Amino acid sequence: MLERKVTKNSALAIFYLLIKISTCASLGQKNSKTGSLALSNSPLTPGIVAGRLPVAALADNFADHTPPLDRHEARVAADRCYFCHDAPCITACPTSIDIPLFIRQIATGTPDAAAKTILAQNILGGMCARVCPTETLCEEACVREAAEGKPVEIGSLQRFATDTLMAKGVHPFTRATPTGRKVAVVGAGPAGLACAHRLAMKGHDVVISDARPKAGGLNEYGIASYKSTNDFAQAEVEWLLQIGGITLHHGKALGRDVQLADLQKDYDAVFLGMGLAGVNALRAGGEEKSNVQNAVDFIATLRQTADKATLPIGRDVVVIGGGMTAVDAAVQSKLLGAENVTIVYRRGQEKMSASGYEQEHATSAGVRIVCNAAPVAVHGDAAVSEVEFAYTEDTANGLTLTAQTFRLKADQVFKAIGQSLTGAPDGLTLSGGKIATDAAGRTSLAGVWAGGDCATGGDDLTVTAVAEGRDAAEDIHAHLSARA
Amino acid sequence: MADLSSNFIGITSPNPFWLASAPPTDKEYNVRRAFDAGWGGVVWKTLGSEGPPIVNVSGPRYGAIWGADRRLLGLNNIELITDRPLQVNLEEIRRVKRDYPDRAMVISLMVPCDEESWKDILHRIEDTGADGVELNFGCPHGMAERGMGSAVGQVPEYIEMVTAWVKHYSKMPCIVKLTPNVTSILPPAMAAKRGGADAVSLINTIKSVTNVDLDHFSPFPMIDGQGSHGGYCGPAVKPIALNMVGEIARHADTRGLPISGIGGVTTWRDAAEFMAMGAGNVQVCTAVMTYGFKIVQEMISGLSQYLDQKQMSLNQLVGRAVPNFVEWQDLNLNYVTKAVISQDDCIKCGRCYAACEDTSHQAIAMSEDRTFTVKDDECVACNLCVNVCPVDNCITMKTLPKGAMDERTGREVGDYANWQTHPNNPSSHAAE
Repeated sequence: MLERKVTKNSALAIFYLLIKISTCASLGQKNSKTGSLALSNSPLTPGIVAGRLPVAALADNFADHTPPLDRHEARVAADRCYFCHDAPCITACPTSIDIPLFIRQIATGTPDAAAKTILAQNILGGMCARVCPTETLCEEACVREAAEGKPVEIGSLQRFATDTLMAKGVHPFTRATPTGRKVAVVGAGPAGLACAHRLAMKGHDVVISDARPKAGGLNEYGIASYKSTNDFAQAEVEWLLQIGGITLHHGKALGRDVQLADLQKDYDAVFLGMGLAGVNALRAGGEEKSNVQNAVDFIATLRQTADKATLPIGRDVVVIGGGMTAVDAAVQSKLLGAENVTIVYRRGQEKMSASGYEQEHATSAGVRIVCNAAPVAVHGDAAVSEVEFAYTEDTANGLTLTAQTFRLKADQVFKAIGQSLTGAPDGLTLSGGKIATDAAGRTSLAGVWAGGDCATGGDDLTVTAVAEGRDAAEDIHAHLSARA
Repeated sequence: MADLSSNFIGITSPNPFWLASAPPTDKEYNVRRAFDAGWGGVVWKTLGSEGPPIVNVSGPRYGAIWGADRRLLGLNNIELITDRPLQVNLEEIRRVKRDYPDRAMVISLMVPCDEESWKDILHRIEDTGADGVELNFGCPHGMAERGMGSAVGQVPEYIEMVTAWVKHYSKMPCIVKLTPNVTSILPPAMAAKRGGADAVSLINTIKSVTNVDLDHFSPFPMIDGQGSHGGYCGPAVKPIALNMVGEIARHADTRGLPISGIGGVTTWRDAAEFMAMGAGNVQVCTAVMTYGFKIVQEMISGLSQYLDQKQMSLNQLVGRAVPNFVEWQDLNLNYVTKAVISQDDCIKCGRCYAACEDTSHQAIAMSEDRTFTVKDDECVACNLCVNVCPVDNCITMKTLPKGAMDERTGREVGDYANWQTHPNNPSSHAAE
């Protein structure tokens, strides 16, 4: 409700303030009403219960994971950049942000110009500054990582620049003269938003349809809370829409409320960026027992719950998978007060797709990581009580289960073994379960482009989705311009 | 530990590190603490004539430039000589010298350019117990407008005249402090020598404007919307000072004239460089104004360790580099070096490549995997890559031995030969 009242012209600072006040107010109420309830539960309380931790501890746990740099910290960090020639960090960035340039702009006291350098390449540069696995992208490539094992803090500097600009409510881009062309975008996640913004900037009218009640896609529903505090995802969408020329329809799912054939008929071009709605199954007996859930649903619920004290969490939580979703679900379970949280991954730790930094984050939060084990059965009556795993062997012939098994006590299980594309429209060529696209994002259907997690290419990262959406928009623009 | 005790024109001090005449030496409180911290001597902040003290601005006195991480590289000031009553200064000097007899106490002086004024001030300081005087002919701002400071230092005849007065009316050793705001430092130094100076000290500050306030469009330091030039000092001026010290040390007419080296001395290494270039001791100001008195501990330990490693006495260090400080025409044109990039140390930033490719001799190659290598057939050994490389000693210069082929010129490295005998030099032909 709150964000709808805020017009696109409102300064973000005021917006944040409102959010803060509302959060504080709700916490205060919780304190006075259920103070005794919060005390009655603890990490040791059996079953799945809410309020395992005091309100203050929860607020602390879900505060900004990497607090923003202040002006001084930013200047000190910026001074470390060597302004490399043909800088490796730029090459490592999926959106090719001119990192040395924007850091130099920060160092010379012009963070607004720095933000424009970032946003010109990556319109969701604010969110990417928070969620990018910089330790495996730009910061891994930073020559100071090679020199002394301490890269320039590129992610934090990017956040400093984009936050500075966005706090002023400034949108540094303007629309070209309207072209009269209309483009349909399916999905208001990173790919769809990046595509829509670039198209709108070029003067085209864009209509986005999104299945969820809020825009942002995984930025809104799939990122750990402590990485995107103060409702940043919505603030960023509001800010992005300031470009104008973009209409957003919520609650419209492709195949259910919107048909691709209609979009093709009614629009000059279509971009598909609906992400992956399906969740892979464990294929272990007993998977259907209650309290065995999808990690993505747990994360989405968590993100949409302002008062974390109302969220029930198990005492013994088992997360199955080895990616960022697994880490996000496990860490947040721990932060909610679960006593024992275990990530179980079927291959060796080095093969986990969660970065070393993320793994460390999990273990330092108290999460145990068990590798080389795959689920074979979920035990329990109606609800799960234990999960049985078999140790695996990763051989040249593939992954095989050994005879050695063990059981983990579990009153809640989160499945995080990957998402899949569901309900892809007929006529689209798929590849590896995703929409096949070329480098420009073109699908097998003329006039239909795709990008983000639902399409081939990319690493299922926010930043690669942004790059694909942006590049598809450029191709669509070229295509529409050629026709004109 | 090497013996650092110093004897400079008969003034002894436990080490050759003095504080220059400046705010740090303005009063008893500071100087006592400086001596307690280990400074070998001070030149007390400049005293003026008896009478109402001068006044300073009450806005900013300093401007600065900074390097990475806001490291102060250069400082400029518009502060004048002491603004405290003469008698107060004299009493404090007397007390401090009495309590620290082993430390050097030199008084800086600046009075109007007439014999009576100098005679008077010399008389007044006589019984302070001070070890010597330093004549401030250097200050380039404020006092210069009143015919003192650098206004004197820029006219060799005045330097000689005033120095002679001082030597006439005082038995104290006399150091003449020179201004760098001249086209050549040699005439002022020669004038000081002619006037009977026991030593010169240099450099005083350089006329400067550190920056312009882009909101008020005024030079900085800005006083009520206006700025005047100040005097520049700190690490940024060290190269200018080293050259001037060296010029005096090597010139036939000034050779042997003791020099107190001043200008951006920040570490023991800077001090050692000044001394190798001919300074008998050094004076420090900006470094203590940036970091406090404690830095002298590093300077003492560093210089001791260096002298121990070199098995050299302090006196042996003084002037050691002077014979090698020559004119360009004396440089060996048959000396050939080539840059070498250590692949083990290279962090692949590519700054050497950008510098060489964009602005120099296109002598560095960059491969697909960012391996940077020097093209010996293009490298003129300019050293720019060494200077822009962020990793110390990653790029070095290898010297080609005699007889080796210089791939750039296709010629073998020959014996020493300089421009004076070079075939391209019209003068050398004329001489034949």
